[in-house]
Amino acid sequence: MRQRLVVIGNGMAGARTVEEILARGGEFDITMFGDEPYGNYNRIMLSNVLAGIEDESGIFLNDLSWYAENGIRLHAGVRIDRIDRYAKMVYASDGTATGYDKLVIATGSSAFVPPIKGAHVPGRGYHQGVFVFRTLDDTRAMIRYAKEHERAVVIGGGLLGLEAARGLQNHLGHVTLVHAAGHLMNTQLNAKAGKTLQTTIEQKLGIEVVVDGMTTEILGKNAVTGVKLAGGRVIDCDVVVVAAGIRPNSAVAADSGLVVERGIVVDDQMRAVDEPDIYVVGECAQHRDQVYGLVAPLWEQAKVLADHVTGVDRSAAYHGSQVATKLKVAGVDVASMGQQGAEHADDELIEFAEPAKGIYKNVVVRDGRLVGATLVGDAGKAAVLIKAFEKGSELPENRAALLFDLGGPVAEESVADMPDEEQVCNCNGVSKGGICAAVAGGCKTVGGVMDATRAGKGCGTCKPLVQRIVEWAAGGTIEEDPAASYYVPGVPMPKPELMHAIRLHQLKSVSSVFATLGGDEDAKSKMGLASLLKMMWGEEYVDERDARFINDRVHANIQRDGTFSVVPQMKGGVTTPAQLKRIAEVAERHGVPMVKLTGGQRIDLLGIPKEKLPEIWADLDMPSGYAYAKSFRTVKTCVGSDYCRFGVGDSTALGIALEERYQGIEGPGKMKLAVTGCPRNCAEAYVKDLGVVAIDGGKWEIYVGGAAGAHVRKGDLLATVGSADEVMVLTGRFLQYYRENGNWLERTYAWVPRVGIEHLKKVLVDDAEGLAAGLDERMTASVGAYRDPWKERTEPATPGQFRTSLPLIVLPQVPVRA
Amino acid sequence: MKPIGSVHDIPFGEGRTFSVDGRMIAVFRLRDGSIRALDAVCPHKGGPLADGQIDLKQVVCPLHLNAWDLATGCSLSGQKPVASYPVRIDDDLLFLEL
Ligand code: SRM
Ligand SMILES: Cc1cc2nc3c(=O)[nH]c(=O)nc-3n(C[C@H](O)[C@H](O)[C@H](O)COP(=O)(O)OP(=O)(O)OC[C@H]3O[C@@H](n4cnc5c(N)ncnc54)[C@H](O)[C@@H]3O)c2cc1C
Ligand code: SF4
Ligand code: FES
Repeated sequence: MRQRLVVIGNGMAGARTVEEILARGGEFDITMFGDEPYGNYNRIMLSNVLAGIEDESGIFLNDLSWYAENGIRLHAGVRIDRIDRYAKMVYASDGTATGYDKLVIATGSSAFVPPIKGAHVPGRGYHQGVFVFRTLDDTRAMIRYAKEHERAVVIGGGLLGLEAARGLQNHLGHVTLVHAAGHLMNTQLNAKAGKTLQTTIEQKLGIEVVVDGMTTEILGKNAVTGVKLAGGRVIDCDVVVVAAGIRPNSAVAADSGLVVERGIVVDDQMRAVDEPDIYVVGECAQHRDQVYGLVAPLWEQAKVLADHVTGVDRSAAYHGSQVATKLKVAGVDVASMGQQGAEHADDELIEFAEPAKGIYKNVVVRDGRLVGATLVGDAGKAAVLIKAFEKGSELPENRAALLFDLGGPVAEESVADMPDEEQVCNCNGVSKGGICAAVAGGCKTVGGVMDATRAGKGCGTCKPLVQRIVEWAAGGTIEEDPAASYYVPGVPMPKPELMHAIRLHQLKSVSSVFATLGGDEDAKSKMGLASLLKMMWGEEYVDERDARFINDRVHANIQRDGTFSVVPQMKGGVTTPAQLKRIAEVAERHGVPMVKLTGGQRIDLLGIPKEKLPEIWADLDMPSGYAYAKSFRTVKTCVGSDYCRFGVGDSTALGIALEERYQGIEGPGKMKLAVTGCPRNCAEAYVKDLGVVAIDGGKWEIYVGGAAGAHVRKGDLLATVGSADEVMVLTGRFLQYYRENGNWLERTYAWVPRVGIEHLKKVLVDDAEGLAAGLDERMTASVGAYRDPWKERTEPATPGQFRTSLPLIVLPQVPVRA
Repeated sequence: MKPIGSVHDIPFGEGRTFSVDGRMIAVFRLRDGSIRALDAVCPHKGGPLADGQIDLKQVVCPLHLNAWDLATGCSLSGQKPVASYPVRIDDDLLFLEL
């Protein structure tokens, strides 16, 4: 009969241990109990789920089918309450009892909530609005609640607290971090590093930080209204997240008679003291006085445990881990390991600080070995240092090389010399051998290997190394991820090839492109193809309405409740009393839920049901402002020389002329322009896809590739010209070149740096390649093909074009702001 | 099966919503001429699935671009499934079974 193995705890350590046992061909009849009602997921990714970077579905490591395939009985959502060591039985919360021959305890930790008045409501658990951050359910509940509230306080300024605070910003407007110690991350960082980090967190992320803040009470009767600190300060808030540390889940073990101190005490084979058949692994284990709160140690522990319990290597022993930590907050680099500073008289401390830039770095060296390192604000050296720290390897004579890239060949360890079992990704426990196996198994792209092994998908520090290993393992035959270069996912060609094929086969409709080049029709590729074909064929384009995204089918932007917004054209942001009256009358007559001035200098009527769009356009009798399409949008202007005492050019007139000419032109991404009357830049021209700045002497500067959206970038100077006419021409030429060469959804702020401003100057201004006349001509043809889409209102283009898609729901559901 | 409308109410490659016995059903007419029917309300955040883009396999919700299999209603992006309904065309009329 096969031995019965029972595992308590279905988290990262429990599931990993079972994987290691299976990998050794362990012949067990396996039963697992997990308190959480799921398969095993990557707990460390909860920070990314909260921050909205990762989807819930992407974090599962072992889904339910994995258990079934490996013949494991999983009792998800079932707690073990008691272990009987003598009868070798475990007793579960559902009343069942299960016998074992070998037992693994992997119960992890729970969030620690200090005794704060008001944190709990007697008999009801946490006070409404108070959360901890440990499980998927915690994360879901926190997101749901935060979305409907406004101000959060996070208690605890360690790794978890910082990640929680950053993640919460994704859901509500205001976050305060209250930390009891004198500086952030005090377990990992010294005071200087902690202060530098605090400045970055406050200034770059806009999170208010309170240090030396002891929370004494959580206020609020039914739901949270604030927290009170020792000293009396009250911080108003409606969400509280407690991230004040963790405590091993060892109560069941203690109640059952195992030796428990801070965690469940184990020997070097990961067995509980004096218990030959009970193993303990992960955060609930205390080994040589250490209890770990990170994943790296548990990968090593799981290997030793598996070697021992399967008998593959009875002498396997765990000797403890050197751990490095990294903060997973985008844009705030922090890595730390070992000592925070010199502790012995002859420890060498090499330190560099540039507080104004948010940078602090140090390394601590003892007897020629790295015993500590801290990187704040620039973690470029993290991978190298973590390696030196964990391996205790030889350090460069010039210690500064540990903190900076000093130029010259960097003494990077050759990938070929790395042993196969060496761990590369500490977050997901992937070794060099694992990466090589994926390459051998046919994955020839870095992205493919990362997907297959999860290497590089945790904190991201090891990505460069993963890349080098993949390159090495593939013997230099590494492939660029081909799909990454496709214009749309459904047709396997980059844009130039695709355009060539479209011309060659005279493909004028989206369905003909699929039929000739792509094989199956692909919903996610239709919109990009429609845009490209329209640009290439102009009036000859065969317009299939299903290829358009809903916004382009009904010429309005869809809202969260399925209604639409209407933004009429208002060239250069200039309007008239008559136009304003008309808009006001329309809004009143149709009970428009909200009238708003947009960031693009025009007026938005929001919350319009689809079936009312044609009527509203007719009543407005203004052209579309194209606020819904991947197209030319607006030209923002300032008042310029006609009115402003500083103005040196008529920016308003030029802006209106530009908008009149290029209105509605579609492209790979939105095109937003501005013209400003002097370098004071009131129309924000430096940060537009194309921005024009009047300068003294009747000249105009043209900037391209600027952005102030999700990405902020000052545009590059394309040319300085002497007349408004030249601006008109160069604008058209630039936009056309972008339309023909930009990738689908690639805004100019990505495209301009990709092709390079020098190249653009050569092609567009100097006409070094003789392309200018053709570009100008094709742009002129597109301009000629412009039709105001809002004229499409008397005759629907397709049956039911404006029919509601939610007939039984009363729209709008968006709030009415009268 | 009950008649709910004409197949000509739906352009090729698009969807339209019909109310049937107090329920909203999105009916799609694929480019190969076949018909599929799903609940009209996106299980993610209530988006109108009939406004989505489709191919022969999936519908992509217009709000957050999650995708569902048109035949089974199963999500292709980790969301909850939507109900799917048998439909057929007879003499250009659409018949649906709830
Ligand atoms: C209405 C408006 C906000 C407002 O109330 O002021 C707005 C509303 C939206 N913006 Fe915007 N943006 C508006 C000005 C801006 C600006 C400022 C500007 O145009 O001067 C920016 C920064 C400049 C830029 O484009 O980079 C801006 C950067 C974005 C971005 C980020 C683009 C990027 O790559 O960085 C998105 C998301 C996207 O495009 O994927 C976005 C997407 C959106 C969408 C379309 C989201 C969507 O798909 O539903 C919003 C539509 C709301 C609705 O239902 O109508 N909006 N958005 C502004 C309309 C301007 C107009 O009159 O056309
Ligand atoms: C938001 C967050 C971010 C993190 N980020 C990082 C990071 O960047 N890097 C890093 O190294 N570490 C990080 N960690 C820590 C890391 O997740 C843990 O070290 C790791 O999950 C520990 O694994 P474990 O199996 O010991 O415990 P867990 O993963 O907690 O698993 C224990 C499981 O046992 C279950 N259980 C407990 N008691 C019982 C019982 N009596 N009966 C049945 N089941 C029981 C629990 O419900 C749980 O599912 C992070 C943790 C969190 C919460
Ligand atoms: S309007 Fe723009 S900034 Fe505002 S919520 Fe929508 S996308 Fe975000
Ligand atoms: S509502 Fe459909 S994907 Fe979000």
